[in-house]
Amino acid sequence: MPTGTATPDVEIIHTGSTGGNGRNGKGGDDGQGGGHGEPHRSGDVPQRAYVTGMIVGLGGILMFFMALVSAYIVHKGMPGSDWRILAVPRVLWLNTAILLASSFTLAHSRARFRAADEEGFRHWWGVTTILGVFFLAGQAIAWRQLVAAGIALASNASASFFYLFTAAHGLHVVGGITALGVVLLRGPNQTARRMTRATLSEVVSMYWHFMDGLWVFLFALLMLGR
Amino acid sequence: MSSHAHAHPVPHAPTGFVSKYIFSTDHKVIGIQYFLLALTAVTVGIVLSLLMRFHLVWPSAHLPFVSGGIMTPEQYASLVTMHGTIMVFFVLTTAPQGGFGNYFLPIQIGAPDMAFPRLNMLSFWVTFVAFLCAIAAFFVPGGAPLSGWTGYAPLSGLGEVTGPGEGWGQTMWILAIALFCLGALLGALNFIATTIDLRAPGMTLFRMPLTVWGWFVTAILGLLAFGVLLAGGVLLLLDRSAGTSFFAPAGLVINDQLQPHSGGSPLLWQHLFWFFGHPEVYIAILPGMGAASHILSTFCRKPVFGYRAMAMAICAIGFLGFVVWGHHMFVSGMSPYSAFAFSVMTMSIGVPSAIKTFNWLGTLWGGRIQFRSAMLFAIGFVSLFVSGGLSGLFLAQPSVDNLLHATYYVVAHFHLVMGVAAIFGIFAATYFWFPKMFGRMMNDGLGKLHFWITFIGAYCIFMPMHWVGVAGGIRRYADPSGVTYLAGLQPLHEFMTISAFVTGAAQLIFIFNFFYSLKFGPKATKNPWNATTLEWDTDSPPPLDNFNGNYPSVYRGPYEYSVPGMKEDFIPQWLTPELVAREK
Amino acid sequence: MHIWKRERGSAATAALLSLVLVAMVVLTVMYFRDPRYHPPAPITEIGKEVDLQYDLTLYVTATVFILSQLGLALAVFMFRDKGKRAHFTRGNNTMEFLWTSATIILFLGLGILGRKAWADTRFTEPQPDAIQVEVTANQFVFNFRYAGPDGKFGKLDPKLISPSTGNPLGIDPADPAGKDDIVLPTLTVPVDRQIELLIRSQDVIHNFFVRELRLQQDAVPGMMIPIHFTANTIGQYEIVCTQLCGLGHYRMRSFLNVVSAADYEKFLKDQAVAQ
Repeated sequence: MPTGTATPDVEIIHTGSTGGNGRNGKGGDDGQGGGHGEPHRSGDVPQRAYVTGMIVGLGGILMFFMALVSAYIVHKGMPGSDWRILAVPRVLWLNTAILLASSFTLAHSRARFRAADEEGFRHWWGVTTILGVFFLAGQAIAWRQLVAAGIALASNASASFFYLFTAAHGLHVVGGITALGVVLLRGPNQTARRMTRATLSEVVSMYWHFMDGLWVFLFALLMLGR
Repeated sequence: MSSHAHAHPVPHAPTGFVSKYIFSTDHKVIGIQYFLLALTAVTVGIVLSLLMRFHLVWPSAHLPFVSGGIMTPEQYASLVTMHGTIMVFFVLTTAPQGGFGNYFLPIQIGAPDMAFPRLNMLSFWVTFVAFLCAIAAFFVPGGAPLSGWTGYAPLSGLGEVTGPGEGWGQTMWILAIALFCLGALLGALNFIATTIDLRAPGMTLFRMPLTVWGWFVTAILGLLAFGVLLAGGVLLLLDRSAGTSFFAPAGLVINDQLQPHSGGSPLLWQHLFWFFGHPEVYIAILPGMGAASHILSTFCRKPVFGYRAMAMAICAIGFLGFVVWGHHMFVSGMSPYSAFAFSVMTMSIGVPSAIKTFNWLGTLWGGRIQFRSAMLFAIGFVSLFVSGGLSGLFLAQPSVDNLLHATYYVVAHFHLVMGVAAIFGIFAATYFWFPKMFGRMMNDGLGKLHFWITFIGAYCIFMPMHWVGVAGGIRRYADPSGVTYLAGLQPLHEFMTISAFVTGAAQLIFIFNFFYSLKFGPKATKNPWNATTLEWDTDSPPPLDNFNGNYPSVYRGPYEYSVPGMKEDFIPQWLTPELVAREK
Repeated sequence: MHIWKRERGSAATAALLSLVLVAMVVLTVMYFRDPRYHPPAPITEIGKEVDLQYDLTLYVTATVFILSQLGLALAVFMFRDKGKRAHFTRGNNTMEFLWTSATIILFLGLGILGRKAWADTRFTEPQPDAIQVEVTANQFVFNFRYAGPDGKFGKLDPKLISPSTGNPLGIDPADPAGKDDIVLPTLTVPVDRQIELLIRSQDVIHNFFVRELRLQQDAVPGMMIPIHFTANTIGQYEIVCTQLCGLGHYRMRSFLNVVSAADYEKFLKDQAVAQ
């Protein structure tokens, strides 16, 4: 061993192996989560990287919405802004309930997945997807009601923000519904895929729950802002 | 005997030109694509700036390629706008991060690729389309916008009525920026997940090279900042085309026409823009700081002085970068009390920057310095960062800003740190990593010549700019004819313009060296610099999966140079302890 | 222990690099001190405070600048490869602590000292007898409005803006307070009196800047932003726009005329007659 001023820790920190085909791809500090027991070659992307990616991605999306929210707050509080209180369409309450329900059905679907109940998983996942579509339809109805009442995007500041929030959120929900559909289309066959179905359904459900929570926040902001 | 795990079959390699070089998911190809995009962009950007510098000194000169023969003030203002936009986004945010970060982050942490290779490919092509939109702004009716790279509303938010280029040109600009934000966000996602989850066994956070720290923190900054710019861009687009009034107040009269907006706040744009804009400049410099530390250590044959402090300083700069944006807005009409708060935060960001500077000096001190081209540019980086950083101390104080705001002093400051220091980081990285990327050596004599002219030339361009600013020379002015007192500053402008042309021409040496060496440079070995980090453990250039299946483990820190008692003056990260030869 | 062949000519490179750095430092210091490239003397007391803060900052940064750049020059020359191995060290926590503390004290101290020159203009209310002048910026002129003998500004209506018929600000003719308002393209003020400028814009963001006042302020549409100053030297000074406002940005220029009290009274009388 080198003496004196050399590196104190020159040993590799052993992370243990998965057995079989060599090391797993873990980073060498504290063991961070583990593989899900599936064997993979050295150099494969660990499943938890997809979860990290989703968390990070949601962070970026959150900053986008927070910028819009801070613009909203600034406009509301500005002297000289022609802030007129918006009559938020009542159907939004129903839409919120639908979206909340979809999070419950999604959680239930994942519980069925973990219990290896393929039919239950797919059934409740499908219900979630349909509820998502209903949510979007409800948002479209809200828009039509506002337009019919003569309130369009450029009518006034609070209307602009209403359309902006719902459109931005709605676009992200469209992405979420697409992702939900992708999971449904994918069969239980696991071979030759980077992401396991378990991981894919985990990250998609993270995204969906986030969109749900984000909507609750935006809805509360719009309602409290009156 | 190799210290690596036993080999595994290499994954299926892509065949065909298109999947190998165009739509490749290989981070190395994508890195080179970003680098070439940046090279194209910087060429355009330099040409624009040379046109600007020429016009400032000879405003009525006949220019054959300009319609009308003489450059108009609006053309000058759109040169200013596009020069800034192209340089900040498509050079300083692509080359250091998208270029070198993409290429070397996975290899330096011992991974076969980024965590999400297809997303990586998407990021590049989105960025590429963004660049096309930016260039298209020159060719749409009305030409390129004239609102500066900062695009302040309402100048940028009302359409054609505010000036030439504010119609289609400004719209293309917003589109380009929005697409760039998307590409950057996807890229940031990839970098962060890769750094967190794909590190080799033994590579703890504090064994990561400082280049990796630079790219990692930069990606976090990008993730948190680009979403805000995207939001601002969406709001601006809506104001221009959907009749909203996010940024436009009531009562605007332009060309005797009352504008139909009401209730908006121009300051809101500035807050959104600069909340992004300030972290953006740290995005531009942090990878260069990482590269400077890395290269200084390699060519001093000494560990980085205070490695942990350096890593934490990168984090501190990144964090503080989010709370100082108001220093761009001292005289904007913002509350003077918040101005002072922002000022205090800004002065404190000088502290981690100073720590880094002292540690660079500490790295050099007692070293055994080898003056290869990469090293010269790294040393130049330190000098330029000191110069540029210190002028920031003036601008960070609102009282002094009363005199210096929007003068050439500001232009001098940000060019020294971004337009030169960050560029030197890119040059240093290029000379350093060219052998690994292309399997050949660049010509060191030409590299040195490139360094001398560029280093001296850059100081000749940008140091005098401070004096123009202090004397009251205002930025973004097409020419000095409108203000009497500016006439006395023309000799300085002439000196800067001539220096700019000489320095610009010298970059051709680099271009020639780069492309000539690609084909005819002497072949490079695996580790021509006797360096310690993981990229030097594999072939030059690396195979498709980076390590031919033999993924390394890491046994020590990244800068084990000149360790006493060892036979060699460097101990690579990948060498098992038993294989490290002691001195006899 | 000899890994690298010492590069030929590296001593020359080291010497040249040090020389370039030293020359750069010398020339930089020289030209920062060159009075040709200083702004003209300030014409307000607070302007003097700004200059003091600038000078203080210059001394501090010059010290750091000279020490770092010369330190760099020394290091690259002293520690060029001479065949000896490098001195191994990972760092020095004591030094880290010392230079970090020094930097904190220096930089934050500088910032806090600079508060006064900012606070004295921006945190203070104007005196009640300050002369109010409204500054209206648009593409690409400044217009200055005095309230006239009645001391009241007339109401403005953007729909009435018509520079071609002599109403560039859109003063409402129905408002009697506006009848005696004086609108001019240059700013005339008496010496040694506090002036409050009410800065506004008709279209995009502009800026009002006079070097000699050491004062500038953005003109933001939708806002009325007050700043105040007291000029102590008679003379004519250029007003420039520093915020990019369109193609005419570079020629958006006016004049600040600081005149004696007597000349100011005459000026007001002449303008009243001209109404």
